[in-house]
Amino acid sequence: MTANALAGLADALSNGDIRVVDLTHTLDPDFPVIVLPAEFGQCARFRVEEISRYDDRGPGWYWRNFSCGEHTGTHFDAPIHWISGKDYPNAAVDSIPTSAFVRSVCVINCSKECAEDEDFLLTPEFIQQWEQQHGVIPAGNWVLMRSDWSKRSGAEYLNMRDDGAHSPGPSGDAVKFLIEERDVIGFGTETVGTDAGQAHLLSPPYPAHYLFHGANRYGLQCLANLDQLPPTGAVLVCPPLKIKNGSGSPLRVLAMIDGSGS
Amino acid sequence: MTEAMAQPAKRNPQKRAVLPTLPPFSRSRQALTFSSRAAEGRLCLQVCGSCETVVYPAREICPKCWCSALIWTDIADGGRLIAETVLRTSINTYFRERMPWRVGTVEMDAGPTALMHLHGDVEHGAQVKIIARTDKSGQGVLFALPKMETPNMADDRQLRALTCDPKFRRALVTDGRSAIGQATVRALSAAGATQIFVGVAEQWRPFEGAAELAAMPKVEILPLDVTDTDSVNELVGEIGGRTDILINTTEHVRPGASMERNNVLIAREEMETNYFGLMRLIQAFGPALRARGADGDNSACAWVNLLSVYALSNWPTFGTTSASQAAAFSLSQCLRGEFAGSGVKVINILTGPTEDAWHQPLPAPKVTAEGIAKAIVRSLQQGIETMALGAVAEDVLARWREDPTVLERELTQVAAGASR
Amino acid sequence: MTIGSEGRYSYDGVVITAPVSIPYQRYSPKPAHWWLGQVLSELGLKANLKPSNVDGLCASSFTLFPDTAVGLTQHFGLTLSWLDHIPVGGACGVVALRRAARAVQSGDANIVACIAGDTNHVDSFRSMLSSFSQFSQDAAYPYGSGGPNASFALITAYHMEQFGSKAEDFGKICVAQRDNALQYANGLMKSSLSLDQYLDARLIADPLRLYDCVMPCAGGEGFLVMRESEAVALNLPYANILSTIERHNAFPDDPVQFRGGWALDVDEFWRMAGIAPNDVDLLQTYDDYPVISLMQIEDLGFCEKGQVSDFVAANTFTNEGSFPHNTSGGQLSVGQAGAAGGYLGLVEALRQVTGQATDNAVQDANIAAVSGFGMINFDRGLCSGAAVLQGAA
Repeated sequence: MTANALAGLADALSNGDIRVVDLTHTLDPDFPVIVLPAEFGQCARFRVEEISRYDDRGPGWYWRNFSCGEHTGTHFDAPIHWISGKDYPNAAVDSIPTSAFVRSVCVINCSKECAEDEDFLLTPEFIQQWEQQHGVIPAGNWVLMRSDWSKRSGAEYLNMRDDGAHSPGPSGDAVKFLIEERDVIGFGTETVGTDAGQAHLLSPPYPAHYLFHGANRYGLQCLANLDQLPPTGAVLVCPPLKIKNGSGSPLRVLAMIDGSGS
Repeated sequence: MTEAMAQPAKRNPQKRAVLPTLPPFSRSRQALTFSSRAAEGRLCLQVCGSCETVVYPAREICPKCWCSALIWTDIADGGRLIAETVLRTSINTYFRERMPWRVGTVEMDAGPTALMHLHGDVEHGAQVKIIARTDKSGQGVLFALPKMETPNMADDRQLRALTCDPKFRRALVTDGRSAIGQATVRALSAAGATQIFVGVAEQWRPFEGAAELAAMPKVEILPLDVTDTDSVNELVGEIGGRTDILINTTEHVRPGASMERNNVLIAREEMETNYFGLMRLIQAFGPALRARGADGDNSACAWVNLLSVYALSNWPTFGTTSASQAAAFSLSQCLRGEFAGSGVKVINILTGPTEDAWHQPLPAPKVTAEGIAKAIVRSLQQGIETMALGAVAEDVLARWREDPTVLERELTQVAAGASR
Repeated sequence: MTIGSEGRYSYDGVVITAPVSIPYQRYSPKPAHWWLGQVLSELGLKANLKPSNVDGLCASSFTLFPDTAVGLTQHFGLTLSWLDHIPVGGACGVVALRRAARAVQSGDANIVACIAGDTNHVDSFRSMLSSFSQFSQDAAYPYGSGGPNASFALITAYHMEQFGSKAEDFGKICVAQRDNALQYANGLMKSSLSLDQYLDARLIADPLRLYDCVMPCAGGEGFLVMRESEAVALNLPYANILSTIERHNAFPDDPVQFRGGWALDVDEFWRMAGIAPNDVDLLQTYDDYPVISLMQIEDLGFCEKGQVSDFVAANTFTNEGSFPHNTSGGQLSVGQAGAAGGYLGLVEALRQVTGQATDNAVQDANIAAVSGFGMINFDRGLCSGAAVLQGAA
């Protein structure tokens, strides 16, 4: 049965019945990263230095060193990223059970609301409205918040103003609802963090980080191409790099979707 | 009267670029002291510690009393032109290319007579103001200016060979995000720069003054992040051949000594910007500037580094920043060596604490962005290679010159960190 | 041997003989050693001497590096009891004569060969100037690298302004010397020069024009110094040395050089010679630029300081003229062969007073004054010297 399922998956992947969508931004030195107040430590930007390029430094080969933070570019948040999740066992990227990295995914489309309100907060009510249309979110799913924010670039993306960043995210109640009522395994966004730009003003501050990780759940951010995913029925593939005791990791995020209709 | 300089014609792209040639660079070791003072814009000659005779050219003992204590001293800058000539041939290629060249004998108020380069407005028999500057070979020379300012004085051909006047030149200011960078852009514009390229890192982050900067005439904002090699290399591809003056105002400053940091991240960021950033700029722009050191009246002429005076001796209050500044200062010396022979000057502006968020709790005096910008333009206009800006930097530099080991004691003794 | 009025010994019993000039060349691929060797070889022929007959050597050259006179002894097969190397440039002829005469007089040497020579490669003038002295390297060369042209332009401008010399005066000197050179076989300048050509020539370093400047070249000069009895035995025409002076770094506080060491020593000079300036039949000045010739005329007492323009107007300077001057054409018309330039006038004077000058002979020349000037260490010539020679009857 399992063997058949895997063979079917492989067939479907090769014949296009299942299509693989890339949800990842390119790692680019100029891609925005989260900006904390200047007196705090900052996330490293993605940087590359050439080791050689078929030249005197290495005549026959091209290779480079890169450096970045665990939270640079499209990246995965492990529970130990936040103080509320620090005591969980197996809560770092190298120890999280691998089954978490391949899961069904629900995509809640808030793009219209986010276009109207850059500080849009996803609420339990909004989730329940979505469920009325697409069914109740099954336990163990990833939930992705589609804001179309990935279509912005440059200053528009971080949308930083004198009072901080302005970008959508979940409300504290929505996070609680997804954990307690729906038992989701993780939550992902297109913005630079899983929390809204003004989430430091919410209660608790940064609810997505505080509550999800406090409940041993995972996060994904800086996702792209969520508009190519169906509300339900896709499978998310998001294994972070196996960094010892890592709090997160840049990664390639893929989604398998039904390609038969396309 | 000096004729006002006109915008130099664009170079014929079919012609080979003129390679830099140099005025004579060999000097005795004593004369290097004269050069080092001239690099600071100071007119210093040896003065006998015993009979106070002012001695020139540099000697090992006083020719009047044989006292061996000859002390390099700032001397009066007045003098009178008593003989002059216009050279129409020279055995040196640099001068041959620049004939005719006016030199003369000046009887200095301080005593000696000396051969000097002459400003075109200096009249025969007239009183002059003597300055000492470094020439294209990096060696100190004497130059006689008219005693009183004359119209278009800075445009004098022979004077301009000693200065790095931004007038009719194109400059790159590496950090347009900072108040210092923006003030520098304004000052360059006022000084007649033809074009000002302004590097802005992380344009996805807004910054104060962005709109005003973008609205300035002659200003072109370009992406530049000195911590990103690709970004530096892309920019040099675009403007490397058109940059006559590079002004590196980019800096990463954080208070704190080693033990106040429990990792090396901030120190690494400081090094990435202050040291490796400078090195990336040098690797990208250095060869382009060096090749254009003789490219006409608006040749490449200067590389300006904005450095903390604590590059000279560590101030633990900004301990790791000081260390990165020391690295940058050392690299600027390396750059001076690499530019030797190109006619491009390395100018270091040394500052004390600046008026910004990182120095906000420190007491006055602090250096303002406008003050720094003015100093940068002044150093270029006057061709001065080392300038200490503000009371703190002047004080530290003076102490460093006097005895660097004592300065080290002063800066590191108990409570020094808190008070300075 | 008698003691002079100022307590100096005379040169009685010591003579100068065997004038030798090796024809100059604008450029030469040969080293200085070759040029000095030619001089020695000619001296040997002229005096019928072998290397073993010479026990004193006095050499001057700017282009001998890395050798000094010491190396020349081995190079030229000389075993010597007396050796000198004289680096005083345009004063080296007179100074060599002084040194050698005293050596012979004291018995330290019997026959001294005095030689000067330099080569001139295509780039050797530039490289010599760029490392001429520490002061010029530090304080002169960086200012336009005009070399001696620049220094003498300033000296000339100052002299014109302060002492009334004029371009026409310099021109008259240069033109007369060119006339003289046309009678002298070894000179480089073979065409005549008019005053108009002189005045209309291109500027080199204002106020100096082309014909104010010497042409660097390769060449060699030499003579022998020995006891009078030796010269007689060798059957050599010779001259007696009536007087010499030498001075270095005179008047260091003059803001611009307007006089040389001669002005300090002029009285002693004529007193020792026992004659007056009027008594000389010809004058050889060191003439790397005409202003310096005029300065020598002033400072050696041929006219008052500031009167030289009148003096020039009142005289003619060709070999047939009222004041025969630089009778072979001087460096201005023969060329400046480095240190040999410091010998040129002395060797020529020796030819004149010993009847060995040919086409350019000054009639009945018996007494000649010779003057040397050398070493623009920074802004002025430091070394001056002069001698009076009288041909033996």
